[in-house]
Amino acid sequence: MSTSSVSKGCFVFKPNAKKRKKTTSLEDYFTHGSENTENGKLRFKTCQTLWDKMTADTEFLQDELNRKILDSLLEFIRKSASTFQHGANDWGSQMRAHEIPTAALVLGVNVPDHDMTFHSLSEQLQQSVTQFVVSLQAKECAALKQLMQNVLQRLMGASVSVKDDDLDESEPGCSTVDHKRAHCSLSTLCDWYNTVTKKASSGTPGKKRVSAGKDMHQHPPIVVIFKDLEAFNSRVLQDFILICSRYVEELPLIFIFGIATAPSTIQHMLPHSASSLLCIELFQSLSCTQHLATVIDKVILTSQFPFKPSGKVLQVLVSIFLYHDFSVRNFIKGLQLALLEHFHSQPLSVLCCQKQEAQGNLSKLSHQDVERIQQLPSFMRYVENQPPEDQVKLLTNDDHVKEVCQKLLKDLRKYHKNYYPILRCLHVLTSSLPKYPLGKQIRELHISCLEKNVWENEEYASAMTLLRMMAKEELVSALQTCSNILKPGKTKKIKAALLQLQDLLDKFKKPDSVSDSAAVDDITSPGKTLQKKTDLFQLQKSLMEMKGSRRSKKMSQYEMLREEALDFIDQLVRSHLAPPESQPLYEVCYYSSSAVLRRHLNATPRTSIQTALSNPYHYLKNEDLRNEDGTVSNAAPDICIVYKLHLECGRLINLYDWLQAYATVASAAEGKDPDSADYGKVNELKHARFIQAVSELEFLGFIKSTKQKTDHVSRLTWGGC
Amino acid sequence: MPGQIQHPGYEEEKLLRVSKLLPCRDVQAGRLLALMGEPEQYSYPSIFIYGHRATGKSHVLHTLLNELELPYATVSCVECLSLGLLFQKIILSLFGSDCVPLLPRSPSLSDFVRVYKQLCVQSTAKQTKYIVLDRADLLRDMEANILPAFLRLQELVEDNVTVVLLSEIVWEKFRPNTGCFEPLLLHFPDYSKDELQQIMCEDSHPSYTSELYSAFINILLGVFYSVCRDLRELRHLAALNFFKFIEPLEKDEVKESDIHRLWRNIEPHLKKAMQTVYLREVSSVQWEQQQMAEKEAGALRGLSAHAHVELPYYSKFLLIAAYLASYNPARTDKRFFVKHHGKIKKNNFLKKHEKTSNHLLGPKPFPLDRLLAVFYSVVDSRVAPTASVFSQISSLVTLQLLSQLGHDDQLDAPKYKCAVSLDFIQAISRTVSFDIVKYLYDFL
Repeated sequence: MSTSSVSKGCFVFKPNAKKRKKTTSLEDYFTHGSENTENGKLRFKTCQTLWDKMTADTEFLQDELNRKILDSLLEFIRKSASTFQHGANDWGSQMRAHEIPTAALVLGVNVPDHDMTFHSLSEQLQQSVTQFVVSLQAKECAALKQLMQNVLQRLMGASVSVKDDDLDESEPGCSTVDHKRAHCSLSTLCDWYNTVTKKASSGTPGKKRVSAGKDMHQHPPIVVIFKDLEAFNSRVLQDFILICSRYVEELPLIFIFGIATAPSTIQHMLPHSASSLLCIELFQSLSCTQHLATVIDKVILTSQFPFKPSGKVLQVLVSIFLYHDFSVRNFIKGLQLALLEHFHSQPLSVLCCQKQEAQGNLSKLSHQDVERIQQLPSFMRYVENQPPEDQVKLLTNDDHVKEVCQKLLKDLRKYHKNYYPILRCLHVLTSSLPKYPLGKQIRELHISCLEKNVWENEEYASAMTLLRMMAKEELVSALQTCSNILKPGKTKKIKAALLQLQDLLDKFKKPDSVSDSAAVDDITSPGKTLQKKTDLFQLQKSLMEMKGSRRSKKMSQYEMLREEALDFIDQLVRSHLAPPESQPLYEVCYYSSSAVLRRHLNATPRTSIQTALSNPYHYLKNEDLRNEDGTVSNAAPDICIVYKLHLECGRLINLYDWLQAYATVASAAEGKDPDSADYGKVNELKHARFIQAVSELEFLGFIKSTKQKTDHVSRLTWGGC
Repeated sequence: MPGQIQHPGYEEEKLLRVSKLLPCRDVQAGRLLALMGEPEQYSYPSIFIYGHRATGKSHVLHTLLNELELPYATVSCVECLSLGLLFQKIILSLFGSDCVPLLPRSPSLSDFVRVYKQLCVQSTAKQTKYIVLDRADLLRDMEANILPAFLRLQELVEDNVTVVLLSEIVWEKFRPNTGCFEPLLLHFPDYSKDELQQIMCEDSHPSYTSELYSAFINILLGVFYSVCRDLRELRHLAALNFFKFIEPLEKDEVKESDIHRLWRNIEPHLKKAMQTVYLREVSSVQWEQQQMAEKEAGALRGLSAHAHVELPYYSKFLLIAAYLASYNPARTDKRFFVKHHGKIKKNNFLKKHEKTSNHLLGPKPFPLDRLLAVFYSVVDSRVAPTASVFSQISSLVTLQLLSQLGHDDQLDAPKYKCAVSLDFIQAISRTVSFDIVKYLYDFL
């Protein structure tokens, strides 16, 4: 592993595969540092199975969400390809300028998420329409030449394998594409395309491609996907379009533009001369907020998965999404991190799994684990509420604890099974209220329910008053939806609630005739009394009276029923939407350290650097460096001292003064007598250390050299004194 | 009119056919033919033809060369990614594919001249060869010696060859600093309205009379002539709208002679076409479908109707901050963002030193520091300087909402410009209920 080159330079040495040590498996990382490896392994396994299931679910969900737009895209491509083959004869198409069919695919600003969509798009295209699909990214196409090269290489490279499959023995000599000699031009591509399609149609038919129509095979379209249109150089794109338009009669080219912002970007990027060569059709994907809502709905708001993020954790994940990146992929990654952290840091998470496994794992718990259970705050609270003799038993007898835990875990599962349907019901009722007192999205309601008793919120009270004013149709339809939500529920309580709700609904439907006639009476009677009054004050008074009387009178059957229904809902909320902290053993399922998550997902590099420089103890954990009052001890690393000194300067720093100050501090660190002659004197060693520290500071971007004044450097940060 | 093109060197019959194929371009064709001379006469070394898009430059040239059976090579410069490709194509069409391997890998101009000479000696043909370079304006971007060399190629290769350059740009923009051989200039003017009418009437629909079609073209030109003189576009539009025009005839509602009623039927339709399909707001396929389905106007929203962009919360504020930094002078920041900005009197302050509005001058560059300073003062909550705030800046750059000045690699104090319009930023700031106009110096 050496180079004979004399010149300076960077050389990349790829690690030799054979030399590599045995890589530690994921499991080893997971169990590293924990005292109970058996338990750790078990947790790792449960974590992985759970995660596998969750990813499978989310991937399925995303495919489902993308299906509609992908289907319409495929339809568009099929249609454009077939017009290429058939439409060449009639008058209209002869007269028309030949345009390149182009799909403008608007995907939203979360660029990292697009990869998955494009991946499944090109996969589906290759399966059902054409094998000639090229995906281009802007960063690999800085110039027209590279773009052409990429297109040609990917297309003709793909064809080589096709030839190997289909007709290797038929004409071996002709089919080799001389890549080196072949110039990158579309005419090369054209020749290649003609030979390939001719061979494909004359060669062994029906060997594998069955899905699409026969004619599609004779001229399969060439689809070029521009993944990130905004990042492309507009000049390059223009030229490429111009070139392609010269060949559009021979090559069935189709473009797909992946657009992150708005479709009007096309018009900003391309002049009319280029855009007039395209036949652009628009495809708009689902907005990412809707996407997120579905993912949360399917992965978090369900009793299917035992793992739950706490309100704070969910808040961190959602706020990263809303404030920073709009990326559903990152949200899922964050959830994965939370899951991993939970299983890694909480030894009792062995119990966070499905029913049967949990029972097995519970019986296997060691004495130490039982102690851990006993120390859980929620368990302690539970114990306190038990009669004294039970309390003693719960604190001394391991087997009894295990039995009780089994029951508690069952209760926890039941709690979840009741919680989510009721949450959805409450959301259905409150999501249509003006100003959304309990939030527009169900996740907001969920978070507020997780944090504290939701019925103690002011917002809940105001929502309830608004609900008490709801019109009949709205209320009935909302209640109807609620009953649909409750239907699949299996627990006793949900079933009972469903019965009661349906009973109420029936009552709502019946009394129509009675209440209507009563209302008519109300309206006609005050009209007569009104005519007598002439005085304005009197009129106002009588109107007030009428209002009061009407309200008391109008406590009609509907209103009574409404009252009853809302009391019923309120009671459901109070009994089922209690925060998880109220449940014993909730720590097993809920991951709540949001600070860890935030530190990992939303890193603050600058703050960490500043902490490291101003408080080296934070990272080095050296007792000598410990300082409470924010000063830096003189034993700190040079860079910390230099940093601290530079904070005291203005925008321009005199290097000589700085050096002097440093030398004084460094001498103090050496423990020299302050009165000795060479105290604070600069010697070569100190000078070198100082220069190194300053250049490190420059490297970190705190200072830079300046030409404004000799022997000075300028500070790049403000404040901090 | 046929028969105007005359030349003793060619058969009368061929010339007649040529002039039939070239309506309204007799003058130009005649002049070109006169320049070219008889097949074996030496012609002028280089001819420069210019004129707008679709004024028949390459059509005239190619018809002449094809019909008179002259040897020629046509190369579109936009396709030539490298010089090698350009030379290769010329050699290929003039001497055949066997000669291509003679060119070395990545040939230089002198390689080309050498190979050309070598091939010339072998061949016995004495006819003038023509090299047609389409989109010749791109030759300027190639190596500096290419354009002058092509202009005097005849001299260099000592062969009977003429180079024809086609371009949409006038010759003055080509002339290199070092001077060069001046080609003969030939201008192709735009077609006049009558000429357009005459040309477009030639491709009438086979199942309808030419009078009807000519009436249609007349109406079409009446609407579109003021905005578009591009023959190719006009033909495209004619094809797209003709079926709508004859629809009343098909339904037997109107007689063919009743042009006025046909006109009344089609005119609003054409006006709509001008705003939508001509500007490529709506694709031509969608336009046709819309006509078939007879949907009401506005059923299809054009591309520019979808201008709304969803952005993360902080990205919106970053963009707002960038806009403010781009359009406000830096010295006014204190007035907008410092709560107690001291004794700057409003009247004095408002006296604008620059009379022109900053919005007319366009966005100004600003350093990253200033962007962040403005950002922290406009955003209403405390924001930690996390890595993702910084990465949002770079993703705004890739989305082309901001543009970075200087080189991408510049890590030290990068500068940006805001690249969005006032309407766009107003829409964005409305979503976060931020009154941006109050913070803009121009609107004080």
